[in-house]
Amino acid sequence: MSNRLVNILVPVISVILGLIVGAIVMLVSGYDPVAGYAALWNGIFGDVYTIGETIRQITPYILAGLAVAFAFRTGLFNIGVEGQLIVGWFAAAYVGVAFDFPKYIHLPLALIAAAGAGALWGFIPGLLKARFKVHEVIVTIMMNYIALHTTNALIKTFSDGGDNTGPINPSASLRSEFLENMTDFSRLHYGILIALAMVFVMWLILEKTTRGFELKAVGLNHNASEYSGMNVNKNIILAMVISGAFAGLGGAMEALGTFEYASVKGGFTGIGFDGIAVALLGANTPLGVIFGAALFGSLKYGALNMPNEAGIPTEIVSIVIAIIIFFVASGYVIRLFVERFSKKKEAK
Amino acid sequence: MSFLEVLYFLVPAAIAYAAPLILTAIGGVFSERSGVVNIGLEGLMVMGAFIGILFNLTFVNVFGAGTEWMALLAAMVVAALFSLLHAVASVSFRADQVVSGVAINLLAVALCLFLVKMIYGKGQTDFVQERFLRTDFPILEKIPFFGPLFFQNFYWTSTLAIGIAVLAWIVLYYTPFGLRLRAVGEHPMAADTMGINVTRMRYIAVMISGGLAGIGGAIYSQSISLDFSHSTINGQGFMALAAMIFGKWHPLGAMGAALFFGFAQALSIVGGSLPVISEIPSVFLLILPYVLTILALAGFIGKANAPKALGTPYIKGKR
Repeated sequence: MSNRLVNILVPVISVILGLIVGAIVMLVSGYDPVAGYAALWNGIFGDVYTIGETIRQITPYILAGLAVAFAFRTGLFNIGVEGQLIVGWFAAAYVGVAFDFPKYIHLPLALIAAAGAGALWGFIPGLLKARFKVHEVIVTIMMNYIALHTTNALIKTFSDGGDNTGPINPSASLRSEFLENMTDFSRLHYGILIALAMVFVMWLILEKTTRGFELKAVGLNHNASEYSGMNVNKNIILAMVISGAFAGLGGAMEALGTFEYASVKGGFTGIGFDGIAVALLGANTPLGVIFGAALFGSLKYGALNMPNEAGIPTEIVSIVIAIIIFFVASGYVIRLFVERFSKKKEAK
Repeated sequence: MSFLEVLYFLVPAAIAYAAPLILTAIGGVFSERSGVVNIGLEGLMVMGAFIGILFNLTFVNVFGAGTEWMALLAAMVVAALFSLLHAVASVSFRADQVVSGVAINLLAVALCLFLVKMIYGKGQTDFVQERFLRTDFPILEKIPFFGPLFFQNFYWTSTLAIGIAVLAWIVLYYTPFGLRLRAVGEHPMAADTMGINVTRMRYIAVMISGGLAGIGGAIYSQSISLDFSHSTINGQGFMALAAMIFGKWHPLGAMGAALFFGFAQALSIVGGSLPVISEIPSVFLLILPYVLTILALAGFIGKANAPKALGTPYIKGKR
């Protein structure tokens, strides 16, 4: 069996196993798995409106997945996507509320602010990794909490003690009447186009530029890269900055598209953490991220229909997602299994 | 309030907040010393907090006043079993240990909330009746200065945490078991050559970390939050992880760091009622532990001496 096929089989088998485990959990806890998955299906594809909402949900997942995947390719594990997304969310909302420009200036400005804020939040762990060899996982986890508390405080200051920035000006909005009309007035917005464009950008950087080659080389073997004259530290910082910018844009999708405001958060959004799952499932490739995001975004949005239609708590889908991550991470075993299986077939 | 009164107010609060962190951080020390990264501490704490509350609510009529201690035991056992998932994935299945830990965190929150909704039909549990209470240590509380500082208004669980930290230090550094555990984390092949079962040691270490984090979570939920919801454990596990690194993977160091974080947490929670501190915007107190951790990692401890084999699965016969 070719290596490429096995690489595709591992995530597919993981997803199937995850869904099976989810069904078993439902069965054991006295719910009807068939009704549960039917409700999930209807929650994703039920009608045009739900399809629109599903695509809306997928949008930030694509960007969060890209952020994790991009850092992974340079050998960095960016758990800080969550924090970078939160600061991007706030920055975009702030620019959206505080200024009033014509659309063609305002919207790009808000997007750039979000990407910039995310990039800054990625720059700090990148710098610490490059300069002091501090592990990026710990720093990014800490940065998540700093982002959460800082943006909450900023929103409070900004709104004079309130817990909401108020709606952004229409000139910064990603809202699209065309897409809304097409999907029975869902909150689907132009952000999906930006997300897909960023998928292309990531592919372009990694596959078609010298810089992208260097980034990948550092990820594969930083000693070899250093001996061949590449500046490893610079590439580490750059990878984190670009990764953070993707994450920040993910936040902008929520700030300028879905909600059109930023509010005080009691906890994390979870999008950044799910980005890890998206990237893993997509094998850290731009195209793979689209599939990963489509799957997890759909599952997350479809899950909201499960309590109403089947009386099953939405958390069942989070359980399924966690199990999928387990199996993808344990790809070695699935690989082993697939190879044994194919060998037996050959022997016959 | 005089300075001394502030101290008498703050130090007991700091120790109270530190207890769950100490236990969880010690758990992390065991796991990582054996070479298994454990980002799943947060999830293990969540599991412990949930089981603690669940046991307490369910069996309060059976055990009465001692329920909270029995709940600690239950939380320890269940969290240790739950951590087996991480052990299987990262030791036997050679999974990326960080990713497996992330999965543990996601799974714990999802599973516990799922069960809460299934059992109680709402997003959080009821409040427990039997909880850990502050007490005064007989005789010792009379010591001037140290009495009010350490022996009045304290929780027995804090004593337990500090006791376990000392015990962990003795076990890790002065017993054959501890030597083997550390050897497995530094150079698994050498340990294997000397007849130590690397896989078994790592399984045991991860389960110890699960058990301790479970106790930590159950202490938190039964002395501070008193119920269980999605935000009961909100970053304590990660803070324990930071305490472990801050403490250079040493049980006593981890305890010291956890006490320090407890102090920062106490400041941010009760600081509003204190002079001077109430002037500082609360956001600075909230982010203080995290900023300090980053600064500490970048400056004070420099490149810490993490166990050499940390994060790498041991594959027999591979050089």
